[in-house]
Amino acid sequence: MDIVQKILDGDIRAVARLMRDIDDEIPSAKEVLKELYPHTGKAYVIGFTGSPGVGKSTLVDRLVDKLRAEGKTVGILAIDPTSPFTGGAILGDRIRMQRHFLDPGVFIRSLATRGHFGGLTRSTHDMIDVLDAMGKDVIIVETVGVGQDEIEIAHTAHTTVLVTVPGMGDEVQAIKAGIMEIGDIFVVNKSDREGSRKTVRELRNLVELGLRRHKTEGPPWEPPIIQTVASKNKGIDELYEAIIKHQKYLFDNKATKLEQVLYDRAKLHFIGILRDQLFNTVIERARERGEDLDLLVSKIVHRDVDPYSLANELVERELVNSKSKEK
Amino acid sequence: MGSDRKLRVLIAKPGLDGHDRGARVIARAFRDAGFEVIYTGCHQTPEQIVSTALQEDVDLIGLSILSGAHMYSFPRIMELLKENNAEDITVIGGGIFPTEDIPKLKEIGIKEIFEPGTLLEDIIEWVKTNVKPRGAQTS
Repeated sequence: MDIVQKILDGDIRAVARLMRDIDDEIPSAKEVLKELYPHTGKAYVIGFTGSPGVGKSTLVDRLVDKLRAEGKTVGILAIDPTSPFTGGAILGDRIRMQRHFLDPGVFIRSLATRGHFGGLTRSTHDMIDVLDAMGKDVIIVETVGVGQDEIEIAHTAHTTVLVTVPGMGDEVQAIKAGIMEIGDIFVVNKSDREGSRKTVRELRNLVELGLRRHKTEGPPWEPPIIQTVASKNKGIDELYEAIIKHQKYLFDNKATKLEQVLYDRAKLHFIGILRDQLFNTVIERARERGEDLDLLVSKIVHRDVDPYSLANELVERELVNSKSKEK
Repeated sequence: MGSDRKLRVLIAKPGLDGHDRGARVIARAFRDAGFEVIYTGCHQTPEQIVSTALQEDVDLIGLSILSGAHMYSFPRIMELLKENNAEDITVIGGGIFPTEDIPKLKEIGIKEIFEPGTLLEDIIEWVKTNVKPRGAQTS
């Protein structure tokens, strides 16, 4: 049986290995992805983002209970950071999700950022497609613990849940642009802690300001603010209801809202693929002529050339000129 | 560019003891050696460990155990790997083992046992020598 059929049949080992090949940029994985693509586009994607330690993994774990009770199968992509010095990573999000390890309706994959910025991995969109093709109804993406500007998830998920906790910095943090603008749903987790009501109030002010600022087509969505204590399973029903409500909102406003989500995701995915392919092609051809990346960089370090001219020269020579040579 | 395979390792603690210092130390050492380490914490059943290893496509499972229950959990893990056609995953153990158990564990397919006092660099060296990331998937 070929790999594509195995993936469509939900073969765990085939899926796991394909994900590995994608992450390691093995060329044959692209061929499989090409064939899987027509089988994608069915799953609903939920993103969880927020600072490290706010309880994203525990919330995901609880939400999976709800989804499973509704009979939905679930794929989870849990992202943790790669060490910039050694290239290694400790992927520990599974610790909070142990209860689902033996459920055949749940597939969990831990991913390392491998130098990618933006909260996701370079491979996340491909991984979503694989889980989608294997038949998972809902795919949950848990971003790396993020700061203020890692907003790729908003262009990836149907519904983005932004998680915070009481007492995270002063109010000014909440006014800053970037991550606070991307939540479709806000969760104040650990809300049995002091300062919870103040945090909710601040978020509400922020949301109301945001509503006035974003004048887009179609009816507006007012992001709800949900208080949870994930470790005690409190507020999870409310969170689930909010996600369902947002899903309904997207599907009720297909032309203006749902299509926009799908467009944003396809664009981010495509630009990533194109950028990688152009970069790899240019670097590979330079290397064939005996100039590897290290050599190119050292030219810049020694001020033999500026980075702008060098980049321009490489693109001109490797892409533009090579085309006329081939003719 | 790619074709730069990254070694993926599962560090798991089967059974009931909650002393995970050793497991954490080895997880960090493996990270610093450039491996991707999936760490699942304490109290793992053999079934949970094997399910994780399959979904995460690891090359190596490192089992840390101090409770003395290794003669139950280790054979069960090997059995489950076999059932899932995953005998290609290397399994090693670390912790406290009676000397007479070590040959028995090796007999069931545990590739190496690391006892207290083993240097971290020796373990890493062993892994780099004996565990190679797998090739690409072909039909």
